[in-house]
Amino acid sequence: MKDIRLIGTLIALCLIVAAGSLFVDEFPMRALLAGDETARLILIEIRLPRVVLGFLVGAALGLSGAALQGYFRNPLADPGVVGVSASAGLGAVAALYFGFSAVSVLALPVLAITGAALGGMALLLIAGRGASATTLILSGVAVGALANAMVALAMNFSPNPWALSEIAYWLMGSLRNSSWTEVQIGLPLIAMGLALNMSTSRDLDSLTIGEEGARSLGVNLRALQIRLIAGTALAVGAAVAVAGAIGFVGLVVPHLLRPFVQFEPSRLLLPSALGGGALLTTADAATRLISGDGVPLYLGVMTAVLGVPFFFHLIRQTGRQAP
Amino acid sequence: MTPRFELESIECRYEDRLALQVDQLSLDAGELTAIVGPNGAGKSTLIRMLAGLLRPQIGDVRFDGVGLERFTDRERARRIAYLPADTRLAWPMIAGRVVELGRHPFLKPLTQLTDLDRRAIAEAVSRAGATGLTERRFDQLSSGEKARILLARALATQAETLLLDEPGAALDPRYQLAVMKALKAEAASGVCTVFAGHSLELVSRFAGRVLVIEAGCIVADGKPRDALSPQILSDVFGLAAPNGIIPPDWALA
Repeated sequence: MKDIRLIGTLIALCLIVAAGSLFVDEFPMRALLAGDETARLILIEIRLPRVVLGFLVGAALGLSGAALQGYFRNPLADPGVVGVSASAGLGAVAALYFGFSAVSVLALPVLAITGAALGGMALLLIAGRGASATTLILSGVAVGALANAMVALAMNFSPNPWALSEIAYWLMGSLRNSSWTEVQIGLPLIAMGLALNMSTSRDLDSLTIGEEGARSLGVNLRALQIRLIAGTALAVGAAVAVAGAIGFVGLVVPHLLRPFVQFEPSRLLLPSALGGGALLTTADAATRLISGDGVPLYLGVMTAVLGVPFFFHLIRQTGRQAP
Repeated sequence: MTPRFELESIECRYEDRLALQVDQLSLDAGELTAIVGPNGAGKSTLIRMLAGLLRPQIGDVRFDGVGLERFTDRERARRIAYLPADTRLAWPMIAGRVVELGRHPFLKPLTQLTDLDRRAIAEAVSRAGATGLTERRFDQLSSGEKARILLARALATQAETLLLDEPGAALDPRYQLAVMKALKAEAASGVCTVFAGHSLELVSRFAGRVLVIEAGCIVADGKPRDALSPQILSDVFGLAAPNGIIPPDWALA
């Protein structure tokens, strides 16, 4: 294993961040040590599932971002930028709006995953493989705009202000109210999605020499597309279903880690999952610290505020390298 | 003996435009065949069709007597190595890793390179003259060095068929000569080697057989001296060369 040190460092970082996240923000440490039942429940039933879920969602977004970037051979690809997250959001909003989510806990993730898959397919249809940075971003804007328009439509016709605010708050993305139920739903779906995306790693490397070159090396581009869309839809759809729309993790993390794996798409996947997990857990802990007792700061808002300047920087950099 | 490639009554179109039409063509193992012709004549189309990347609308390409489309992607990739004309790389990887991609058709999921793979890679690197370049980052290599690494990538597959689209295009004479020598050696070791190129002098010196393509049709096929006759040079290339092409006698100093 070439990247044992990088992966070890990232795992250590995840553990440190997780421990920090468990115990910051006025955790009744003394009560826990004294054997207080309430403190134990806060730790096990509230804090721990939140940290685990934050890690899962971050891993899903980070790894999907890395896989999409490898496939499109473009550092600007990210589930949020290319509209897959928004499409998953549309699926989830449909579940909320039509009340399916009240019927079954699975309705929301299933619809979110379906939305993500449809968004991914629409993106492939519009942008095509090996799309230039401009085409990719424009196609993503188009797919995202369509999804957001439909979400706005649902909000427009929402029967009452409570339904409206439910959708609006949900869209801002948050890990509040996380419980082991969300973990139970998210974990298998995200794990499946990540496994599917991991299975593309060697083919992504081959794509480095271009599509014709990859095909001549025996890569079946259609099969690769299907695996990638299915994997990203599962991982991102499930992540959006349990945590709402959280952007830019998949953009920032692979970009920061790429030099450490000598720019190899396959070696970027696992570190991006770990890095995404660590980043999102940190961001979530930060939102809790910043919010304090006032109006809570939403996680999706936080990652967007931090991620957008980074996005600007990337566009400028990419624009300078290639026409 | 079955020829490596057999083409019969092939037609290949891009939308309405006829890109390539071949009535009858067979290519043998151990032969160094050059495809020459003006830009847009159909050289790349022919190479891509032989590589199984492009299926003709009419007719089929037979590889060792079997229809090329009947091979799985992986099996085809093990037997036919293809070097595209595009020398760009999406990410600035380490050059040695690019060469390793040539072993992709043999790798099973979740396994590392075997000793056999490593030997094939080392051999390909030395035959392509890329020794000493493998530790460097691809984007920091000169265009000649990049071309050598990509050639090593194609050789690393150790396929019995090698198809190259303008290998060493736009490179200095010394490197072009080195590439030709490498291809000649491949053909001599029994590999069916086909390349498209523009350097008529080098083609006339090294190729065993020359196919001249004009507007999607093979207009001459034979030994360099016969295929690149003054008549063809004038009709196809618009060159007045009453004495034909005189092969240069340069050698690597």
